[in-house]
Formats: sequence, structure tokens, C-alpha cells
Amino acid sequence: MSAGRDGGFTSQPDLPDAAGIGYGPAIRGERIALVDLLDRVLAGGVVIAGDVTLAIANVDLVTVNLRALITSVSNLAKPPTGAERNR
Amino acid sequence: MPRTGPVTGPWRTKTASSAAGSQSLNRAGTLVAYGHCLWLYAVAGDADGPFPAGVTGVGGAAARPLRAAGLVAVVAEVDESEFGADALHRNLEDLGWLERTARAHHAVIEAVAGTYPVVPARLATVYSSAAAVETMLRERAADFREALARIAERSEWGVKAFVATPAGPDGPSGSPAEGSGRGAPGTGAAYLQRRREQLTARQDARREAVVSAQTVDAELARLSVSARRYPPQAPDLAGRSAAMVLNAAYLVADERADEFVAAVNELAARHPAVRLTLTGPWPAYSFAAPDGEAEDPR
Repeated sequence: MSAGRDGGFTSQPDLPDAAGIGYGPAIRGERIALVDLLDRVLAGGVVIAGDVTLAIANVDLVTVNLRALITSVSNLAKPPTGAERNR
Repeated sequence: MPRTGPVTGPWRTKTASSAAGSQSLNRAGTLVAYGHCLWLYAVAGDADGPFPAGVTGVGGAAARPLRAAGLVAVVAEVDESEFGADALHRNLEDLGWLERTARAHHAVIEAVAGTYPVVPARLATVYSSAAAVETMLRERAADFREALARIAERSEWGVKAFVATPAGPDGPSGSPAEGSGRGAPGTGAAYLQRRREQLTARQDARREAVVSAQTVDAELARLSVSARRYPPQAPDLAGRSAAMVLNAAYLVADERADEFVAAVNELAARHPAVRLTLTGPWPAYSFAAPDGEAEDPR
């Protein structure tokens, strides 16, 4: 991946996490969270009928994967910390 | 039913008038070979500036411009065996495939958006031929021009708000009955009491977070040209245990981006009941359709 992804846009101030705000990865050219991307590519974007994918582009996509997502992403996206013990 | 049988082979049944593939189609709807389709990434104005070279798309083919009606469709060839209608229905159920495809789709859009304003296409908009894309461009030209005018020199920013976790141990993992409550009078009653308090505290935290999120949203909307709210992401999907109370996208003029970011920061400091997350700038995915045409009213 190229590093030049903030072309044309303003530079991003480097704000500390301590301020209570967490920057998502999109801001720094890191890996974008899949779930944020799916919000946009599945529910955003202009809906145009492709002649191959007439119905798909329209409605199906938005719901298509919820089932798969909820089971699979929850495994992928588990926070790395596994410590959960009662003293 | 031999005709519509197994989908595993390189054959399918379809009637179509044209295809970009290497094999010709059989109009009778009998077996035809897979060819290539065109995956649409975005539509841009036929402006100036060279098309970014060598940006690889979903199927590995480089994205290229296809011009008609004074517009540019950003497309790339994809293999019909993977991206045709039938295959898509199957593949979209495969999370690994979906992730690869979504990221590749985004990579192309972002690369092009660095050069000119683009109206991103929804994932999986596929055409049988260049002619079909050109026809679409001509038919929808007015819509695209309107969308391009709406997003020019503007970017999308994402803001999510989570219920801030109250300080100290809490949550369902704590097991009060096991701890110091051993000698306390009426252990069972004490446990229930503590449980009730925990629940109340959590409900209060959530209520407060919702109110804060409404304020945050209202203030950010004032700095934006347009705003759109997505349904909150499920905690599992969002990768956090805290509940999400706002999942919004804002279309912000590029010249106001600094101001917007500063406002998010300031709001985060002013509203400890929520934890905010900012992403962006994004290509204007959430504002590709005119106001009111967004599909999720929430």
C-alpha cells in the first residue's frame, strides 16, 4: 500500500488518546476497521443497477451478511486481552 | 434439472445480449462459457488530471476509466466465475471474501478520490460490458452530476460514540457473592441489592451517554453540510464491549476539516459520558445518494 493517502485533504493533528477520543485507523492510513468499511460500502455508495447484479446491488447486500458477520467477525474482532478473572 | 444444476462448473445458464468475455453467449439460454464482467467502483466527472495508473481492483485487474456523457466510470474487468450474479450471492456469504473485496473496492475508490471527486458505487455493481456501463452513464448523467456537485471539495468523517465505562470494577464478570460478602447478613439479599445497583448504574451511564451523543451529533451536524446516522454496530462487530450510542457520518467541507476535528476533540472532553471515535476523511460513501434517499432512516 502506498503511504500517500492524505492527498488533497488537511493534515491530521496528532491528538492524544488521553483526551478521551479515539481515532479510527482511517485517519492515519492504517488498517480500516472492517465494520466501518462495511457500513459504507454495503449501505452507502450510490445504488445503480448493474445489468449483471440488478437485485444484489439494491437490497440484498445490506442484510446478506449480517448472519455470517455476527458469527464470524465476533471471532476475528475479539479484543486481544483475554484476562478476565475474579480475584 | 440439468439446466440449472450444479454451479461448480464453469458453466451457467443465462440469456444476455452482450458480454466482454472471450466466449460468445448463447441466446437460447443454454450453456455458455464464463467471461468477464466489469466491476464499477465509482463515477467521476470527466475532469482534468490523469487517471491514477496501476491501481489494482477486486479481481486483480487494474482499474481504468471508461468515458461517456462527460463522465468517467471507474471500472475493472472481473471474472464472471467469481463476480457474476450467481457467484456473488455465494461469495458474499464468505466473510473472508467479503473483506478482501470490500478493501479492494475501497482502495480503488480512495486512490481515484485523491485525484478527483468521485461518487462511490455500492459494493457489487457489475456490468456485462463496456456498452452497458456507457448506457448507464448516459441514463444517470444528471444524477451523477448532482452528486458530484454535492461532494466536491467535501469529505466524509465518521464519528461513533460509546457509553463510557464507569471507573472501577463493574460489569457482569464481577461476582460479588464470592468476595467479601461472606459474613454479611443476608448474603443473598446483599447480592441482589448490589446487583440492582450495578444495573441502575449501567442504565444511568447509558442514559447519560445517549443524551451526550445527541448533543455531540447536533453540534457536529452544524459544522457539516449533511449528516447520516447508521444503526449502531453490535458490540461484537465493533470490537468493544461498550455499547454504541451513535454511529454517524458527516459530510464536511474540506476547508472546515480542521475545525470539525477540533470540535470532535472538544466535545469528547466536554462529554465524559461518551467515548468518541473519529475516522476519516473518507470518500463520500454515505452521501452518494441525495438526502432522503438513504435507506436506513435511523
